[in-house]
Amino acid sequence: MIRIENGFVVDPSQGVEGDFDLLIEAGRIKALDRPGSFAGLTVSESFDARGKVIVPGLIDVHVHLREPGFEHKETVASGSRAAILGGFTSIAPMANTSPVNDHPLITEAILHKARAAGQARVFPIGAVTKGQKGVELAEIGLMARAGIRAISDDGMPVMNSALMRRAMEYARMFDLPVISHAEDSNLSGGAPMTEGAVSSLLGVSGNPNASEEIMVAREIALCRLTGARVHIAHLSTREGLEIVKRAKEAGLPVTAEVTPHHLLLDEGSWLTGRHSCAHHQVRADYKMAPPLRSEQDREALLHALNSGLIDMVASDHAPHGCVDKETEIEIAANGILGLQTTVPLLLGLVNAKRMKLSRMVESLATAPAKLLGLQGLGTLKIGSHADLAVLDLNESWTLMPGDLVSKSGNTPFAGRTFQGKVLRTMVEGEWK
Amino acid sequence: MFPERFNAIRGLDPGVLCSLLARSSRMKSDPGSFSTILKGKTVLQFFVENSTRTRLSFESATRRLGGMSLAFSPSSSSLSKGETLADTVNVIRQYGVDGIVVRHRSMGAPDFLADATGLPVINAGDGAHEHPTQALLDAFTLGECWGVDFSKAGAFRNRKIMILGDLRHSRVARSNIHLLTALGAELHLCAPATLGIPDLGLFPRVHVHSFPDEGIPEMDAVMTLRLQTERQNQGVIPSLPEYREFWGLTVERAKRMKTDSVILHPGPVNRGVEIDSEVADSGRSLILKQVENGIFARMAVLASVVGRMDS
Repeated sequence: MIRIENGFVVDPSQGVEGDFDLLIEAGRIKALDRPGSFAGLTVSESFDARGKVIVPGLIDVHVHLREPGFEHKETVASGSRAAILGGFTSIAPMANTSPVNDHPLITEAILHKARAAGQARVFPIGAVTKGQKGVELAEIGLMARAGIRAISDDGMPVMNSALMRRAMEYARMFDLPVISHAEDSNLSGGAPMTEGAVSSLLGVSGNPNASEEIMVAREIALCRLTGARVHIAHLSTREGLEIVKRAKEAGLPVTAEVTPHHLLLDEGSWLTGRHSCAHHQVRADYKMAPPLRSEQDREALLHALNSGLIDMVASDHAPHGCVDKETEIEIAANGILGLQTTVPLLLGLVNAKRMKLSRMVESLATAPAKLLGLQGLGTLKIGSHADLAVLDLNESWTLMPGDLVSKSGNTPFAGRTFQGKVLRTMVEGEWK
Repeated sequence: MFPERFNAIRGLDPGVLCSLLARSSRMKSDPGSFSTILKGKTVLQFFVENSTRTRLSFESATRRLGGMSLAFSPSSSSLSKGETLADTVNVIRQYGVDGIVVRHRSMGAPDFLADATGLPVINAGDGAHEHPTQALLDAFTLGECWGVDFSKAGAFRNRKIMILGDLRHSRVARSNIHLLTALGAELHLCAPATLGIPDLGLFPRVHVHSFPDEGIPEMDAVMTLRLQTERQNQGVIPSLPEYREFWGLTVERAKRMKTDSVILHPGPVNRGVEIDSEVADSGRSLILKQVENGIFARMAVLASVVGRMDS
């Protein structure tokens, strides 16, 4: 039996925010009560969390673990370890591995690797279409039986609306949410930057906000048609937000996520970023899909996250090697690391009073658990799994490249000083 | 001291730009005095994208300054994952060169090379971003034609210049917007909407036209840009004849220009598309003058960046 004493517990799933002691037994939350309530009990371990914040184990609904196929970038083991160090006890890897997670055997292999690693829990996301090619449905039912919790073709958006309609109808029978990387790829042209003042100045082709707006609108139209649960990944534009708002007002089963980098960075970063690995930053570390948008978009996203219009934060942890990033902007890979930086970045917003701590926890635990249908996770209710993270809101520290346990180092946040840190993470009653 | 890289006009102090223009002028009037500036130095002409003219111009400029030129032009001009820029940097280091002139189809490649090698770098065109020596030679040519004194601020004040054509994909246009406005010119941009610059918010203030006809009679100079003929296949213009009809510098349009106004074109020219042959070869055309002056402008840049010549 473990006792966690004197911590400030924040658990929006049960409206808890205050000083509480926790009792953990056999991997479950046994009790939660006023400080000192369990003083007389004999425990195997007593953890003094005075001055610290205890939150439910965080859940990242959007990561890339690269295994199988790209083990030089990340593995299930290295990625799930990065999750633990970032306060995440559950992660949902996207299906763009090689081979693609479009078959129950791949799902089983990922789950097997995750169990062997013994770090964060892994809940794979299956592909919508075979090979993420946008032609035939993947074996969604068999994958559901094997353990997937959602379907998505992520960065290979299903452009064929008829096929996406069938995918939604099909997924609904298995109560799987359909996650959409909302990008009209004809309109975006795979451009590395958002279309705007900065891409114009630099002469780089631009991906207009409209490419997201169009696909968010389509997904919502199909949601209305099919009744499937639709989740919009990494929302990045004001226009996309407006459509999600209308869908929610109409009572449709739509949710949305935002990444920390779209909350904290905008297209202006391209003008200040460095160019080569000689420094520890590469300019292409600002390349991601969707691209960093305008300052107005960034502000609107934060506002929408605080108001609840955006339901959750997801890291879109996307490891890439130097060789994938330290190259021409047009061919550099999309995405940055996120598992170890998401919580520190959001704690920065909390410390700056731009976000409430309870809203942060809701967006990283309560809402993700609901999306993926994870019973007894993302909560500290009595009887639930003893997954939790201990945070220090005051500690100031600098992220050094050596702190990253990912197999890749692609983050524009290396060298940044944060106020707020993840101290410890527990999964099923065990410190990891 | 002059910066160790000349990769963009944007961000350079107008004083630096004017001293480069004045130096270009001295290179032309007294070439003998500068023939040893690059003595014992080797300049790598690193052209990942084909450009015979610009490369010859830089090679010629290097030799006239007494330097040696090494050409490295990878056969494939297409972006590929085969050799990364980082690999290229390591290869370049082995040549023992004193400076790099780089033409690359990707924005930012010159800065990348400069950061990674620590060598002096001159941008000979990166993607659709900048082509700063082209802008320099254009301004030098105009200044020479107008008899202006570059040592005075606002050398092009009260001059109206139009840049006409495919602005979106043009590094020549971007460098010229920054340079010509820094010199005080009133700049007019004209392009079909499909080839315009989407957002001018971070550029200096300019006038924008969809069609050239309204502005052309007032211009002191019109710079027309090369139209990549593949744009038709990309669905941005319906046909080359339609382009010529609305945006070409035709004989009829040239007739409506002021009598003393001049025409520039960065070359190579698509005769009968963006400019009629009669206009390109007419007395108001500075096209061949641009080619000639390109050598002196590049000598000025090489002397400053690689030769570390004092101002």
